Amino acid sequence: MPSRTSLRRSTLAVAAAFAAGIIPAAAQAWEPTRPVTFIVPAGTGGGADQMARFIQGVVAKNSLMKQPIVVVNKGGGAGAEGFIEVKSSAAQPHTIIITLSNLFTTPLGTGVPFNWKELTPVQMLALDQFVLWVNATSPYKSAKEYVDAVKAGDDKTFKMGGTGSKQEDQIITVALEKQIAPKKFTYMPYQGGGAVATQLVGGHVNSTVNNPIEAATHWKSGALRPLCIFDKARSTYTEKVTADQSWADIPTCQEAGVDVQYQMLRGIFMGPGVKPEEVAFYQDLFAKVMATDDWKKFMKDGAFNQTTMNGEEFTAWLTETETKHKALMQEAGFLAAPQ
Amino acid sequence: MEDIASLMQGFAVALTPYNLMLMAIGIILGVIIGVLPGLGGANGVAILLPLTFTMPPTSAIIMLSCIYWGALFGGAITSILFNIPGEPWSVATTFDGHPMAREGRSEEALTAAFTSSFVGALVAVIMITFLAPLVAKFALQFSPVEFFAVFFLTFASFIGMSRGTPFKVVAAMCLGFALGAVGLDKMTGTLRMTYGFTEMLSGFDFLIAVIGLFGIGEILCSIEDGLSFKGNTGSLHFRKVLETWKKLPRYWATSIRSCLVGCWMGVTPGGATPASFMSYGLAKRFSRNGKNFGKGEIEGVIAPETAAHAAGTSALLPMLTLGIPGSPTAAVLLGGLMIWGLQPGPMLFVEQHDFVWGLIASMYLGNVVGLLIVLTCVPLFAAILRIPFPIIAPIILVVCVIGAYTVHNSMFDVWMMLGFGIIGYVFNKLKYPLAPLVLAIVLGDKAEEAFRQALLGSQGSLGIFFSNWLVSSIMTLGLILLFWPVFGWVQEKMGRSNNTASAA
Repeated sequence: MPSRTSLRRSTLAVAAAFAAGIIPAAAQAWEPTRPVTFIVPAGTGGGADQMARFIQGVVAKNSLMKQPIVVVNKGGGAGAEGFIEVKSSAAQPHTIIITLSNLFTTPLGTGVPFNWKELTPVQMLALDQFVLWVNATSPYKSAKEYVDAVKAGDDKTFKMGGTGSKQEDQIITVALEKQIAPKKFTYMPYQGGGAVATQLVGGHVNSTVNNPIEAATHWKSGALRPLCIFDKARSTYTEKVTADQSWADIPTCQEAGVDVQYQMLRGIFMGPGVKPEEVAFYQDLFAKVMATDDWKKFMKDGAFNQTTMNGEEFTAWLTETETKHKALMQEAGFLAAPQ
Repeated sequence: MEDIASLMQGFAVALTPYNLMLMAIGIILGVIIGVLPGLGGANGVAILLPLTFTMPPTSAIIMLSCIYWGALFGGAITSILFNIPGEPWSVATTFDGHPMAREGRSEEALTAAFTSSFVGALVAVIMITFLAPLVAKFALQFSPVEFFAVFFLTFASFIGMSRGTPFKVVAAMCLGFALGAVGLDKMTGTLRMTYGFTEMLSGFDFLIAVIGLFGIGEILCSIEDGLSFKGNTGSLHFRKVLETWKKLPRYWATSIRSCLVGCWMGVTPGGATPASFMSYGLAKRFSRNGKNFGKGEIEGVIAPETAAHAAGTSALLPMLTLGIPGSPTAAVLLGGLMIWGLQPGPMLFVEQHDFVWGLIASMYLGNVVGLLIVLTCVPLFAAILRIPFPIIAPIILVVCVIGAYTVHNSMFDVWMMLGFGIIGYVFNKLKYPLAPLVLAIVLGDKAEEAFRQALLGSQGSLGIFFSNWLVSSIMTLGLILLFWPVFGWVQEKMGRSNNTASAA
C-alpha cells in the first residue's frame, strides 16, 4: 500500500526532524515582525564580531529572513554589558546574542551577576580552534621541544601573548603551565588577536595561542610556525595552506606530548522566557545559514571545528564546559569575589 | 618601476563609471556620518557594510573606504561651526576652528581644514604606494614599550599648551585619567570603579564626554551670551575659498611636520586622534604664531586636520599588510575584507594584486572627489550659521542627544552626556581647560595599558623605556618637550641676571 508507506516515511521524516531539533511543528508559526538586534559582546573587528557580521551578510544576501539583522557591539566589561542586556530582555524574541568564551569567563572573572543558565541556548554554530604558535625564526620545531625549553629556562622569561586577561588565551596558558611546573610564563594581555599575532611576528613575545584565522596569513608568509592544535583530534581541512602544510598536518597537542585541550564556543543565545517556536525559528534560520557555500568557505578559512548542536545536547555541553572553566579558573586564582 | 605599473593598472580598475559613482555616494554618506556626532566612521561603515555584499569586492571596498574619507572630512564641519567634534580626531580642530568661525571666518577655517585633510591623505597614500613593505617592517618594531613612548610623547607635546594655570591643567588631566580608568581593567580582567552599576561597565566613552563637554557646554554658554551664535557675518561666496588657498602655502612647515606625525601615528598604529593632538601641540610650540593658538589661528586648524587625515589614511597600511587595524573603522573594514574571502596580511599584496592596487588607486581618486565635493559645499556649510539661534540650537541639541544614544544604543549615555554638558559649562566659567581632560579620557587607559604591559615584560624595570634606539629617542624627545617651558624659564632668568650683571 503505497499511501501508507509514504505516510510512514513522512512520519519518520517528521520524527527525525523532531529528534534533530531542526523543525518542530510550530516552526513556521512565528517569524520576526521587526528588525532583529544581534548583540556582539565584544568590540568591532574581533572573531565574534566578524562572525556576526558575516551571518548578517549571508542572511541579507540570500534573503533568508524578511526582517533585517542589526549587529550591535556591546563589549563593555569583557562583554558583561551585552550579556546583561540580553538577560534583562526577557520574552523578547527580537534580540539574539553571539557568544565566545566570555560567556563563562566574564561572570567568573569579574563577578558581574549573570550565568548562561539565565539565557536561552539556541544553537552551537562551531567551535573555534586554538593553535600554539612560535616565530618561524625560533629553533622550536615541536610543542615538546618548546615546552622543554620553557621548563629548562629561567622562571617567567618566556612571554606568552594573548587576548585579554582572565579569558580563554590566559586560561590555555595556565593549563600549559601545568606541563612546565613549577616554571611559569609571563602572560602579556593585548587588545585583540590581530595585535597578538603581530607581536609574535615582531618577536616581542615568544609564543601565542592565536585562533587559526588570526595567524593564518603570517603562517602562509613564513613568519610564524604552528606547533600543535588544542583539539582532541587533528583538523579535518586537508587543503594546503602553505607550500607543503595544511591545517590537518598540525599535530594535536596531546600527540605532541603536551596534553592540553581547549576550544571556544561560537554559539547563539536568546534572552530568558522566549517561546519554543521563537527558538525554533532561529534554529531553522541558522541551519539555512550553515548550509550556504559562503559559510562553508568561512569555516574552512578559519579552520573551525564544525561541531554544531542544539537542544539538550547543547545544554549538556554548556554545563560540562562551564564546570571545566570554573575548575581551571579556580586553580589559577582568577575567580572574582561575588558582587 | 613595478609599483607605478601596478598603480596604473589599479587606476584602470578604479576608474570605471560604476566605481566612480560609488565613490561619490560613499563620500556623501561619509560626510553625513562625520557630521552626526556619535555615529562615527566605525558605526557608519558597519551599518553600510551589508549593502556592499552583493558588489564585487573591489567596488565594495572602494565605496566603504570612501565613506571613511567622507567621515574624516565631515568631522571638521561641526567642530568648526558649532564646537561639536563629530569624530574624536576633530577635537583638536575645534580649538582654533571654532574661534575662527566666531570671528566670521568660517569659510576660511573650513577651506583650510578640507585642504589640509586632502594634503595629509595624499602624502599618506603616496607613502603607502612606494613604501608599503618597508613601513610594514617598521610597524613590527613596535612593542608596548614603544607604544607607551608614543603616548608619553603625545601627552608631553600637549602639556603647557593651555593658557590656564598649570594646576588647572593638571587637575583637568587627572579628572580625565580617573574617568578613563572606569570599567574593565584590561590587564587584570577586574572591574574598576563601577560600584556594582551595570551601566558603568563600559566606562566613560570618549565620544559621549566630548559631545557633552563641547556641544552642550557651548550651547549653555551661548544661551548666557544672549541667544545667538557669533560669526554669522561672513560673506557666502566661493571666492573666499580661493582667497584662503592663496594663504595656505605660507604654512608649509606646519604641513610637513603634521604629515610626518600623522603618517607615523597611523602606521604604528597610534591612530588619528593622538596624531591630531600631538600635531596641534607641536605646531603651537614651533609656530611663530604659537601664542595666538586657541584664539583663531589658521595654523591651529591646518595642523590637526593634516595629521588626522595622514594618520587615518596610513592606518589602512598595517591593516592590509599585517591584519591589525590602525583605527576602529579600519577594524570594521578588516571584517569586511574577510567576509569577501580576502585575508588581510602579508600575502594580500601577492595573492590579490588587482584588489590591493585598485584600493590604493581609489584612495587617490576618492580624496580628489572628496575634496571637490566638500569644497563646493563650503558656502553652504557656512550658511548654516546664518540660521537664527532659536531654530538651530534645538536642532543641535537633538543631534547631540541622538549622537550620544547611538554610541552604545543606551539611554543612560544620554543622561551622562547632559551631565558632561554641565561640567563643560562649569569648566568654561571657572576657566579650566577642557583639552587636557579630553586627551586624558581618550588616551589615558591606552597609555596605562602600554605602560603596564611594558613593565610586565621587563619584570618591573623602568630601564626598558631606554632599552633600544627607537624607544630611547621617542622618550628623550618627549622629555625635552615636557621640560621645554622650564628651559625657556631658565633661559629668561639667565638672560635677566646677565642683564643685571652688565648693568651693575
